Amino acid sequence: MNIKQNIAVSGAGMIFNPDTGETFTVNPIGAEIINGIKEGNSLKEVQEKISSRYTVEPSTFQNDSEDFINLMRNFLLIEDGD
Amino acid sequence: MVTKRKLNIAVSGLNAIDSPGPGVAVIRALREAKSFDCKIIGLAYESLEPGIFMHNLVDKTYQIPYPLAGIDAIMERIEYIHAKEQLDIIIPNFDSELYPFIRLEPKLKEMGIHMCLPTMEQFEERHKMNLNEFGEKYGIHVPKSKNISSSSEIKDISKDFKYPVLVKGKYYDAYVAYNADQVKTYYNKISAKWGLPIIIQEFVHGTEFNVTGLGDGLGNTIAAVPMRKQYITEKGKAWGGISVADKKMLELTDLFISQTKWRSGFELELMKDKENKFYLLEINPRMPAWIYLSVGVGQNIPEALVNLAMGETVEPFTEYTVGKMFVRYAWDMIVDIKEFHAISQEGEL
Repeated sequence: MNIKQNIAVSGAGMIFNPDTGETFTVNPIGAEIINGIKEGNSLKEVQEKISSRYTVEPSTFQNDSEDFINLMRNFLLIEDGD
Repeated sequence: MVTKRKLNIAVSGLNAIDSPGPGVAVIRALREAKSFDCKIIGLAYESLEPGIFMHNLVDKTYQIPYPLAGIDAIMERIEYIHAKEQLDIIIPNFDSELYPFIRLEPKLKEMGIHMCLPTMEQFEERHKMNLNEFGEKYGIHVPKSKNISSSSEIKDISKDFKYPVLVKGKYYDAYVAYNADQVKTYYNKISAKWGLPIIIQEFVHGTEFNVTGLGDGLGNTIAAVPMRKQYITEKGKAWGGISVADKKMLELTDLFISQTKWRSGFELELMKDKENKFYLLEINPRMPAWIYLSVGVGQNIPEALVNLAMGETVEPFTEYTVGKMFVRYAWDMIVDIKEFHAISQEGEL
């Protein structure tokens, strides 16, 4: 699973999909997840890193972050592959 | 120091109103041309077209007769303007002007006035009324449509279409109708303004995209800029948009140009449905009102069109900036009544 290569994410959490012209806003945690994956980490690694820094049940964060990824998938921001 | 050549360019479509003509945007692009300087001669139909009073963009404006007045009346007026301004080029920016100007092209050329227009065949073929045949001939998805010329045909629409449907005029205007009563209302409204036939078109749900481009008449794409509408007015006009990178739209544009050998600027109106399939809704045979975005992304289409009109070889643009937006705005100009009198009474300003 990868964030599509040409997707642009600003520091403030604005996402721009150049293929469709759509823009999205994500909160700081969303931006951290996206940037973590863009840097080449697996979702699991990103989940571990983020949940170690915040007071959150790992299972809760795992569910929430997977929902978030599914939402990104629905908006065609993620490509699944090798 | 190299002096740039100076061209006298006449431009119509100065009605920068809520459903704007492309003229003012075209002129802004021409003012930024790198390959020539220009004197801009505005061609206006009405005395309150805003471009007439934009003296930083338009050097001189002349009123011209409506296309309905016939080509002789138009020719007479152009001869008068040419005697005063020594026109090099005319850029007509309304669909309804193209028919007379295409017919006048050989005569104008003899006078030394150049244009970059589609052929009459191309102009007719892409007409909304002929879109079904056009799609079939060139292998392009188009929504199903039917022309009706009598209100008695409205009751049969439900046999061929599922409501809602689009009710369109042959030149301008389009409304969504959810039942036969609404079709009848729009049929009367549009036919009173633009005549018959009225086009009934399948309503495709999806996201609206437009591509503006330029073909050289030999099948080559000189320019192509796809845009997603971000803010749409009640009249369906883009009030804001963003350049996008979708390759499918560029392929569709190349297909359109290579198949038709389109010569001139154009706008493709597209709808992308849930399955990411593009439907071609309309082909506008001239540059759109948002053409200045092409300058913003690095493809000055009006400049390239002028160079094509002048018979020069124009190298195709190969790239553009993705993610550039345009946001339109309204602006109140303060105009002295003397200027309004001059254009209203003398027909020039």
